[in-house]
Amino acid sequence: MADTATPAQAGSGETRRDFLYLAAAGMGAVGAACVAWPLINTMNPSAEVLALASTEVDLAPIEVGQRITVTWRGNPVFIDHRTEKEIQLAGDVDVAELRDPEADSARATKPEWLVVVGVCTHLGCVPLGQKSGQERGEYGGWFCPCHGSHYDTSGRIRKGPAPLNLPVPPYEFTGDTSIVIG
Amino acid sequence: MSGFQTNSRVIKWIEHRMPVFSFLDHSIGSGYPAPKNLSYMWNFGSLAGISLVIMIVTGILLAMQYTAHVDMAFDSVERIMRDVNSGWMLRYIHMNGASFFFIVVYIHIFRGLYYGSYKAPRELLWMIGVVILLLMMATAFMGYVLPWGQMSFWGAKVITNLFSAVPVFGESIVTWLWGGFTVDNPTLNRFFALHYLLPFVIVAVVVLHIWALHTFGSNNPLGIDPKGPQDKIPFHPYYTAKDAFGMGVFLILFTAVVFYIPNYMGHPDNYIPADPLATPAHIVPEWYFLPFYAILRSIPDKLLGVVAMFGSIAVLFILPWLDTSPVKSGRFRPIFRLFFVLFMVDAVLLGVVGAKPAEGIWLTIGRIATAWYFLHFLVILPLLGVFERPRPLPTSISKPVLKGGGASFAGATAKPMEKA
Repeated sequence: MADTATPAQAGSGETRRDFLYLAAAGMGAVGAACVAWPLINTMNPSAEVLALASTEVDLAPIEVGQRITVTWRGNPVFIDHRTEKEIQLAGDVDVAELRDPEADSARATKPEWLVVVGVCTHLGCVPLGQKSGQERGEYGGWFCPCHGSHYDTSGRIRKGPAPLNLPVPPYEFTGDTSIVIG
Repeated sequence: MSGFQTNSRVIKWIEHRMPVFSFLDHSIGSGYPAPKNLSYMWNFGSLAGISLVIMIVTGILLAMQYTAHVDMAFDSVERIMRDVNSGWMLRYIHMNGASFFFIVVYIHIFRGLYYGSYKAPRELLWMIGVVILLLMMATAFMGYVLPWGQMSFWGAKVITNLFSAVPVFGESIVTWLWGGFTVDNPTLNRFFALHYLLPFVIVAVVVLHIWALHTFGSNNPLGIDPKGPQDKIPFHPYYTAKDAFGMGVFLILFTAVVFYIPNYMGHPDNYIPADPLATPAHIVPEWYFLPFYAILRSIPDKLLGVVAMFGSIAVLFILPWLDTSPVKSGRFRPIFRLFFVLFMVDAVLLGVVGAKPAEGIWLTIGRIATAWYFLHFLVILPLLGVFERPRPLPTSISKPVLKGGGASFAGATAKPMEKA
């Protein structure tokens, strides 16, 4: 009808035409989002990539004081067979003074075995300290050469720009000397 | 048409520094007046543009999952089909998108052929369009090689071997194309690089195509020039709405194929990994190349066959000067109309012949159809312009619709139109 169309064409007020515009545009936006999501989701890891996300490690050959590196989800995981001295050093710290407060007992289910993801929490470099003779930082744990973060023998951040401790990956003992990470 | 206007300060700020909004308004907005009698045949340009966008978006995502190496290409495509999240959908959209792009573009071309859209002053617009067709063909061909199935490999081998027909330099050209002694890893790598590049070249040429289009505006079913504003309506909202509706219909058909018969237009042989030691018994190109393939096979001489095949597209470049009739629209050309239908039948027939083995009756039909193809362009169209007597043209676009040429509606677009 001519009399209902006129105000809408003048572009004023809420009219049926405004409603139709909004409804059509809204429907179009919903449709576009429904198409966009599966397309964006193709870039997420697929089920077959996620299925590779656990790693078994035999701890038997690792001697006291030795550190080894294994791969889990493409990242290095540090496994440290800690000495008595290192365990004591990690346990003696006043947790309240830490930047990222965590007790050593909460990070290592068996005190002689420390398992942490070897990726610096600052910007993702791999810290030094796995091989004998490498710089281990001021606290005897690990030292990240990229921007100078120092980790202690429990893998906790003590000095430098990194905000958090080296994360402990989910893992469990499947025997006395074997673990499954992930 | 009144100039672009807005109340938004942000838009005004940008517009003052870079007049992008008024550019859009003059390109696809209310500032672009289009003939008011455009039929649904005029939807296929925008549909082709939508197809190109669909192909580029899905193509970029596929390239993130694909490995261009002879030992890994086939498996990486299978990984897309089985493991990548919605990867099957991504590939089926891209695969069938190529077919739908060609369907849309072929209808777009036949629309132009029937309504004389290639005639002055739109010759360059038409020729740029033929360039787009050639680029599309190159892109589609190289894309088909990437999955590295049997059809991929042997299609690549046969098509690259076309260039061996070139006198003297033939063999060297083919070796150069392959980067080796046969279609191999270097070939696959360069095809992937070019398959990624060419769509963006197409985008650039499409910009030229639209630039040329907007210089004189769209042709129309009557093939006569708009006489003034009473013969035109603003592109937005009239043709944006019409194009949006067409897009909806297109997407329904497209998704029906993607989700229900995704392999209908493909060949099962391409799900067999490429084997350089064994050619499949019956190799055929994708359906959109079949008419040209039929022309190639109809000529019993290697060089002439290749020349005829490329000539079948090259002839489109000079079409504006082959068709001597001053009347654009086929509606007013009774004899042209007949020959146009014959030509459409001929083109489809060539497609059918291209899918059949080159022997027996099909060879004969193929030769007659090939001869007719060139006869249509090189003999019939030039003669029709001389001997055909076209029907009288209406004096204006409004005339056949509104008695008196719609003179009382002069400036109708400036005033709000009332619904009947």
